[in-house]
Amino acid sequence: MRAVAVAGVGQVKVREHWDTSLRDLAYQSIKEAVKDAGVDHVDALYVGNMLAGELSGQEHLGALISDYCGFNGIEAFRAEAASASGGAALRQGFLSVASGVQDYVVVCGVEQMTDVLPDKVTSGVSLAVDTEYELASGISLTALFAMLTQRYLHEGSCTRKDLAAFCVNAQKNGAGNEYAMFRRETTAEFILKSPVVADPIRALECPPVCDGSASVVLAPLEEVECDTPVLITGSAAATDTIGLDNRKDLLVFNSVKESTRKALIMAGKTLEGIDFYEPHDLFPIVAALSLEASGFARKGEGALLARNGDIALDGKIPITTMGGCKARGNPGGASSIYQAVEAALQLRQKAGANQIECEAGMIQCIGGTAATAITHVLEVS
Amino acid sequence: MEISRNWRLKNQRYRLEGTTCTCGYKSFPPRRICPRCKENPQSVSQFMGTGRVYSHTTVYEAPTGFEDYVPYSVALVKLDEGPMISAQLTDIEPEEVTIGLRVEMVTRKLREQGDTGLIIYGYKFRPVLG
Repeated sequence: MRAVAVAGVGQVKVREHWDTSLRDLAYQSIKEAVKDAGVDHVDALYVGNMLAGELSGQEHLGALISDYCGFNGIEAFRAEAASASGGAALRQGFLSVASGVQDYVVVCGVEQMTDVLPDKVTSGVSLAVDTEYELASGISLTALFAMLTQRYLHEGSCTRKDLAAFCVNAQKNGAGNEYAMFRRETTAEFILKSPVVADPIRALECPPVCDGSASVVLAPLEEVECDTPVLITGSAAATDTIGLDNRKDLLVFNSVKESTRKALIMAGKTLEGIDFYEPHDLFPIVAALSLEASGFARKGEGALLARNGDIALDGKIPITTMGGCKARGNPGGASSIYQAVEAALQLRQKAGANQIECEAGMIQCIGGTAATAITHVLEVS
Repeated sequence: MEISRNWRLKNQRYRLEGTTCTCGYKSFPPRRICPRCKENPQSVSQFMGTGRVYSHTTVYEAPTGFEDYVPYSVALVKLDEGPMISAQLTDIEPEEVTIGLRVEMVTRKLREQGDTGLIIYGYKFRPVLG
């Protein structure tokens, strides 16, 4: 396999982009990434998107976006794995460059969610669960995570305030990221006073419904002219049962565990060599269970890392360093490409106010109730 | 969901029909391949519909089609035979639901698809009577 470098990155601010179309959102981040990479052509485009068919009435995003970006003729298609779609597209890009099949690949994550009313977003996002057995009973993705939260609090020693501390940390980091949707610091008390969405999950523990697009250009390392290029050294995907209720232990994200293990093996690293971690913090419970499944915390103790401040920028294992889903926003299939862009900026020492000392980071996205998890390791060569 | 898709689910919705493997592993919904021993075939089995609440929540922001029913309680119910099932709770106030509560299956209306669409029935769980 060839070494794969992140040659360029681009992102648009996560917002409610009522004045911008899906294709234009994609174009803006691609244009920036291609300019950043300094390449004059691309060989393939992989799009990470979750809900364009459902929310925008538009499928076939590979052709749509390659045409609009002037890439007409190249290989282009969309990868779909619910909210892990960005990770799926990134992995496709990684594999095609590593294998030698393609040289310059654009991976674009794009999602437009604010064109429709909130109940349609709730339903759309919930298509990632088992629709015949979970959604058919009116059980949304949020309700499933709420039940996980309820059980987590019942079994463990963590409190709701510990879980809310994930949001406090994310919003603190979002304040330093101009691309983030929420740029205000907040407190656990304030979060826990917000309206209930699905008990015990509160409105301010949910990621905002938003629009966004982020892109990276991947290329073989030997083609990249840069003193300290950022490499993707680990990439892995794993699955679990589609229905949350079909798992042996619901509080263990096996897909996260397995994809982390495989990605680290590929990168030749252990967790000690990971300087920051970007979990898919859809809700605090996801951050907690992902920290546990990845191996950063023991079972039932993920939220203790939030309580103790270990996840802060200057903590033992900084997470959601640019705001994560909670503050940067969670534009579905674009989220994991935002993670890739943010990790590259951290590794290039271009993360501004949120810069941490780092040489390697791990990014991770999940689909549905972690029925899919896709993990990548990025590091400076 | 369309008519045929709902019709195909009738044995699960009304009779809690799942599968049992030759190794003894029981699944709901039905499976072709046993998740434990990876063997095939599975025989059809009907679950009694009694169990305990493993976890629960009350939904205030519902997906499309369920807006008129909020707030409503849902639960992960651990059936006495082993499998876990996701379902709505009924005949109980949200604040009365606790982890470990004994519940039993009943057939109730899940939703209506507008004035001219289907009325969909299926399983819900209520506290065990008596």
